[in-house]
This record gives sequence, structure tokens and C-alpha cells, in this order.
Amino acid sequence: MTATETRPPRPAPERRSGELTLRELLRWTWRQLTSMRTALILLLVLALAAVPGSLVPQERVDSLKASQWKDAHETLTPIYEKLGIFNVYGSAWFAAIYLLLVVSLLGCIVPRTFVYARGLRAQPPAAPRNLSRLPSHAAYSTAEPADVVLERARRLLRRKRYRLRREPDGPAVSAERGYLRELGNLVFHLAVLVVLVGFATGTLFGFKGGVILVQGLPFANSLTQYDDFVPGTLFDVDGMDPFTFTVDDFDVEWLTSGPRAGMARGFSADLTYTEGPGEPEKSYDLRVNHPLTIDGTELFLIGHGYAPVITVRDGDGNVAASGPVPFLPTGPDLFSFGVVKAPFAEPSQIGLQGFFYPTFANVDGTPVNLGGNDVNPLVSLTVFTGDLNLGSGSSQSVYTLDTSRATELKGPDGKTLRLNLSPGETAELPDGLGSVTFDEVVSWQRIQISHTPGKNVALLGVVLALLGLMGSLFIRSRRVWVRVTEGSDGTLVEVAALDRSGGADTDAVLSGLVADLQEEHR
Amino acid sequence: MTDAAWGTLSNQAVAAAAVVYFLALLAHVVEWSSLRQTDRAMVVVGPGGGEVPARPTAPRPDVERQQDRVAVFGRLALLLTGLAAAVHLLALVARGMSADPNRVPWGNMYEFTLAGTFVVAAFYLVMSRRYALDWLGPVVVTFVLALLMVAVVWLYDATGPLPEALNSYWLVIHVVSAITATGAFTLGGMTSIAYLLKRRRGDAPETGIWARVPSLEKLDLISYRIHAFGFPIWTFAVLITGPIWAHQAWSSYWNWDPKEVWAFITWVVYAAYLHARTTAGWRGRNAAILAVVGTLTLWFNFIGINYFSSSSQHSYASAQATVRNEPAPWVHSG
Ligand code: HEM
Repeated sequence: MTATETRPPRPAPERRSGELTLRELLRWTWRQLTSMRTALILLLVLALAAVPGSLVPQERVDSLKASQWKDAHETLTPIYEKLGIFNVYGSAWFAAIYLLLVVSLLGCIVPRTFVYARGLRAQPPAAPRNLSRLPSHAAYSTAEPADVVLERARRLLRRKRYRLRREPDGPAVSAERGYLRELGNLVFHLAVLVVLVGFATGTLFGFKGGVILVQGLPFANSLTQYDDFVPGTLFDVDGMDPFTFTVDDFDVEWLTSGPRAGMARGFSADLTYTEGPGEPEKSYDLRVNHPLTIDGTELFLIGHGYAPVITVRDGDGNVAASGPVPFLPTGPDLFSFGVVKAPFAEPSQIGLQGFFYPTFANVDGTPVNLGGNDVNPLVSLTVFTGDLNLGSGSSQSVYTLDTSRATELKGPDGKTLRLNLSPGETAELPDGLGSVTFDEVVSWQRIQISHTPGKNVALLGVVLALLGLMGSLFIRSRRVWVRVTEGSDGTLVEVAALDRSGGADTDAVLSGLVADLQEEHR
Repeated sequence: MTDAAWGTLSNQAVAAAAVVYFLALLAHVVEWSSLRQTDRAMVVVGPGGGEVPARPTAPRPDVERQQDRVAVFGRLALLLTGLAAAVHLLALVARGMSADPNRVPWGNMYEFTLAGTFVVAAFYLVMSRRYALDWLGPVVVTFVLALLMVAVVWLYDATGPLPEALNSYWLVIHVVSAITATGAFTLGGMTSIAYLLKRRRGDAPETGIWARVPSLEKLDLISYRIHAFGFPIWTFAVLITGPIWAHQAWSSYWNWDPKEVWAFITWVVYAAYLHARTTAGWRGRNAAILAVVGTLTLWFNFIGINYFSSSSQHSYASAQATVRNEPAPWVHSG
């Protein structure tokens, strides 16, 4: 019975009691939120919530796949769009889960940190009255006097790096070790927050973009130059590093034998770059796994292909389109597909689409590509004239041709006209529409450019987390007590151990300790 | 030796290892059935007509003979498993030698599975003494055998040079740690399943192999130790070396690629397992269930996800093992 309960009950004003329950409710909610069980459930919910994003293509990961998926699933798409399934890891509900986890973590860790700090200088608790109540205990009797045994126990435990209780403890020794375990655990959990901060910084303030750049053409780092660009929510366009670069030369090492013959093994792009206007020109050998860092921005070589240089002359003999056109590889042998558009051709627009063979061969009448090296390059194009639908307002990819309002040219035999051209060759189009020349072939490189602030913070965070984790998992935290009782026929020595980490075999510790205590006697 | 000869040697060694694992399994089966007979021999009819175990103090020659058989075949099984693992290792080494230039033998799914199963077998051998895990032998051997078959039948791929993106020393650090953790977690999953099965048996008489499976408490402890060993290594593989390498090769240290997502899910599930062990109402059974879920997500990520998602940059899963050549999609024109 506590004193408060014996006091006569005082009628509380109603409003106050209402407030109290609200406070209680809040406190109760907080306690629930920061409980171990909630943390556990939130972790499981987080794991579950991450699943859909791995099964449905994500817009921010692979926008092409995502849009293809959307086209293929007409009924599901609007529902999924509402639920944010195409951007799971940026969705509000995903954020809600990990933010709850962060709150729970803070609510759990901060008080524990204070408790830990206060307990740092505390002494091991005194021995419980009845040691045999502890799950791990042992006893033996000896002829030695009590204080000899106690002194030996102190020495032994100190040598095993236990902290001993200094305050009087009766005829007993109380010891504890493994204080760093809890520290490791705290460091681990706090480091998880550090990782989150680092990660969030990158997602909010960074960007990721890519460009297909034809060899020899310069790139200047500004928004308009990118083919695709994914900025962070708080990304500042004006802060982009003003560098420029050009791929001067590109080397590929081709496999000539083995099961992957015809495919590429090593790539390297010789780059010249400047860090900004007026800065000196430098060069770099850009390779896969070997990015270039300019200020805080990084350049990666992630792909390559061919860009046939094609000139289209219109019916008036004017050049209607000319220059390298990147064709997109359909597989590792760089058999590629591409389109050429000549919207200003007269009398009508001209569009070309077709394939590029790096190593063309005619095997029994079937055209095949023997490998990715441009040993015998050939373009094989079909021709469309009419309206390429470029003025319709909606933007059109440069890699596809809208042929809905155009007509396909036929050859003299009435079949689809196909222009097969090697470098230097020109084909005349029928009906005086013009001509197409395949001048030469150059290579293009796909360069990924990204700026990820906070990545070192995140790295520091995970390394700290790992260190803390190891401390938390491998440091054994335990208490040991030794009590002696002198009786008529010798001394009774009781030993008990308590493991606080839940992963240890206290019995083994105990028997080792008892053996050591007896050992020195003999 | 030529590369082709090394390749042939590797394939033969895989077959030989599978045969020896199978022999080890047979030895375990004999051991197991002898165990059952010992139990039957040890049970006598009690005064009330019920069965009571005979006192161990009454030695009977047939029982002793059976016990000898158990011991002999148990040892034989362990020996055969050791031999099989050695041949398994040879298969891995030969596989690495068959590539031009020579390389680590984990560059595609077939090789990952070969290496992963080897680690499971090796861990079992190393730990069987320390944690008295010999009762787990039949399970480990069956598992390794089954996955080797999956590897040979479905995942086989001729040796090729490493794709450019894999060609990095991170391949060694990252994959060794990932496979090591996978091996440990797999064993932990097995001990957790044993825990759940044993628990379901409740007070059923401990006969046959069940008599040799450690107590629930001990099983829980063994599982925890194995997971506590695996978790930091998994953390290192998935959250440190993986992102560092991904950053170098693909420009983004964390891209929510399906492999990354499932590695993360696995990590979170194991973190939940470690929490469960210290949460009232979750320790024991629920924790063990979480450990099993962890093993499932782990192996799903290892093999299964490749068949569900095609947008992974972890391109070793597909034949198209070069750097990504995907188009720069929506360029505005016109
Ligand atoms: C971001 C979410 C979290 C992650 C990834 C995480 C992860 C972990 C891991 C891996 C451990 C095992 C290490 C060990 O056994 O010492 C652990 C232990 C622990 N966690 Fe968390 N945790 C999270 C959130 C929380 C929260 C919100 C709480 C508070 C309710 C919490 C309380 C604890 C405690 C008390 C332990 C120590 C258990 C023991 O004594 O072994 N954790 N956590």
C-alpha cells in the first residue's frame, strides 16, 4: 500500500480528468510506439512494403520498362498509379512506415542512451540473497578459509576484465562485464539514422542523368544536354558544375573465340574535359568500374553502340538531314535499330527506319550479324514519306518513327523497298524523292552523370553501424557473483552467473569459473 | 592443361561430388534406421502394459551392436560429406581455371549456386564438431544435393570471361561475403526448422533422430549464434560492399534494383529476428519462424527473383551480360 492510496479520494473536476485521459492516451500511444514489439512489427511491415516495387517496374529505376508495363496492363495501371506502386520507394505510405520507425527508434534510443550514460559509472549490483534461485548456479565446499576464496575470486574476475563492486557486499564478490555491448547497440541504432540522413540528402539534393553522346561531339553540363534527367526534390539547377567533356576516342576489346565470341569485353573512352570555362583541359580514360569525378559530379561509362552517319537529300537535291544517328543495340552483339527523320524534305517528309549490322553476312540468303565489331558494317532501311506526325504537339522519341500518317515506299517488285548500304554507298529513292547516303559509322557512348551528396555520410553510417553491431552481438554482457559461507565443516562457495545478452551459454562460463576457483587451490 | 580440359574436369568433379554426397546421404539413412531399431530394442513392456524405456544399465548385445552401427555409419557419413566437399571445391577451382583469363568461380548463376552450396557444406563440416550438429547431416546433404542438381539441370552455363561490370576486385569481396552469409543463414534456417518441428512434437517420445536433436533451448541458442555470425557479414555484403561497387559500376550506390530490394528485405527480416529474440511473446517460436522467412527471402533473392523481374542490373542472371545498353528514352523532338 502506498501513501497516496490511503488518502481520502478527492473529487476531481471533470475537465481535468478529461485532460488527464488525453495525456494518458498520448503517453500510452508513445509507449506503444516505442516498444520493442512495435519496432518489430514496423520492421516486418517495412520488409513487406518493399516487395511490390521489386515486382512492378519502377518509374525512377527504369522508366521505359514502367511505361511498357503500363501499356500492357490497362485495368491495373490506374489503380496502381493511385497507390503509388510505380514509385514505391518515393511514395507517401512507404515514407510513413520508415518515418514511424525513425520516431520509434528515437523514442527508444534516446532514453536508453541517458540510462546508459548514467549507468556507466554505476557499480555491479550486490549479490542477490539467494544465489541458488538464479538459473545458472553452482556450489562446492572447501577447507580453505572464506577470505582466501574471496580474494582469489576477486583476482580471477579482475583478470577476466570484470568490473568489481567496491561497496560492501557481505561475504561476496559481485562482478559485471560487457558494458560495451549496450554501447555497441546504441551506436548501431544511431548509425541507422545517420545512414538515413545521408541517403535522404542524396535523394533530395542530387540528380541522376544520362546522355548518349556521339564520339567527338562536346557535352556541356546543363539540363538541355541530357537525354534523361531525374532530379532530387530539392535539386538546384543553378548549382550544376559547369564542366564540359568530349569523347575523343573509344576502344573496344572484342572476344574472338569462346562461347561469347563477337561480344565486347573491355571498353575505354578517352575523354578530354574541363572543369569549367577557362579551366585547363585534362584527359581521362573512362572505363566501366572506373568513373571520373569532376567536383562533386561523377561520370560513368555504362554503354556504347553505333551511330551511322546518314545523309538524306530531298527531291530538290538539298541536304534534308545529315549527321550521326545513334542506333540502339538490341543485344550484346550490337545488332541495332534506329530511325532517321528528315522533316524539312521537299516535296514531302522522309523517314527511314531499320537495322544496323556491325558485321553483316549473307548466309544462304538470310542476313545475319556475326558480331559486335564493325568489320563489315551495313544499314538496312525502309523508307516512309508523307506526314511523320511531328507537329501533333505531343513529344516524340527520336528513336521511334510515327508511321501512322506516312506511306511506306515499295520497290519495283511491289514489295517493301529496302535500302542495304555499306559505307560510302548512296541509294536513289524512287519517284524523284531524293537519295540516301551512308557516309561512315562512328560510335556513341552512353554516359551516366550523377551527383549524390551525402554518400560519404551514408557510408560512414553503415560502417559505424557494422562496428556497433559487432559490439552488440559479440560482446558478452554478464554478471557473476561469488559468495562464501563459513560453516563448521569448511567453507561453502556459491557461484552464480547471469547472462544479459541472451545468446550465451552461462553454464559453460559458470563451470569454467568454478574450475578456476578450485584449480588454484590444488 | 587447356581451358577446355579444366572445364571438363570441373563438370566431372561436380558429378563426382554429387555422387559422393549421395553416398553420404545413404550412410545417414543407414545410421538413421539403425537409430530407430535401437530405440525399439530399448523399449520393453512395463508392468501396466504400457511401453517404458529399458534402463540404460541393462546392456543387451543386440542394442550394443545397433549402437555401434549408428556410430560407424555416422562417422562414415561425415567422412563422405568431407570428401564430397573436397571434390566440390576442386570443381570450383577447375571452373575458375577454365576461364580465360583465370578468374574467381562466381560469375553467373550456375557458379553462384556451386559456390553457395559449397559454403553450406563447408560450414556444416566446420561447425558440426563445435556445435554437435551431426544430426543435421542428412538435411544438409539433401539440400546441397538438390541444389547441385538444380544448378546442373537448369542453370548450367559455359565458362565465359567476366562481363565488364563484374570485372572488379569488389567481385571477390562482395560475393565472398554474400555467399558466406548465405551459407550461414541457410544452416541457421535448418536449425530453426528443426526447432519448430521439435516444438510441434511436444512431449512425443524422443526416438530415432529426434533423440539426437538438441533440446529446444539449445536449438534456439545454436540458431541465434549462427544468425549472429551471419548478420554482420550480410550487412557488410549488402549494405557496404554492394553499394560501393554499385556506385562504381552503375553510378548509383542504391538504385532499388530488385536484387537490392530483396537483399534489403532479407536484411530487415533478420533484424526483426534479432529483435524477436528479445521481445516477450516473440522469442522461441515466432523468432524461429522469422528465421525461416529470412532463409526463404534469401534464396528467393538468390535464384527466384530472376524469374519474376527482368529489370535487374545484376545482369549475370541473364545471358545479356554486358553493360547496360538501354536507350535514353524520352528525348523531346519536333
Ligand atoms: C530502423 C530500425 C531498426 C533496426 C534496423 C534495428 C536493428 C537491430 C538489430 C540488428 C539488433 C540486433 C543487435 C543486438 O542484438 O544487439 C537490434 C537490437 C535491439 N534493438 Fe533494434 N533496430 C531498429 C529499431 C529499433 C527500435 C525502434 C527499438 C526500440 C523499440 C529497438 C530496440 C532494440 C533493442 C533494445 C535491441 C537489443 C536487443 C538485445 O539486447 O539483444 N530497435 N536492433
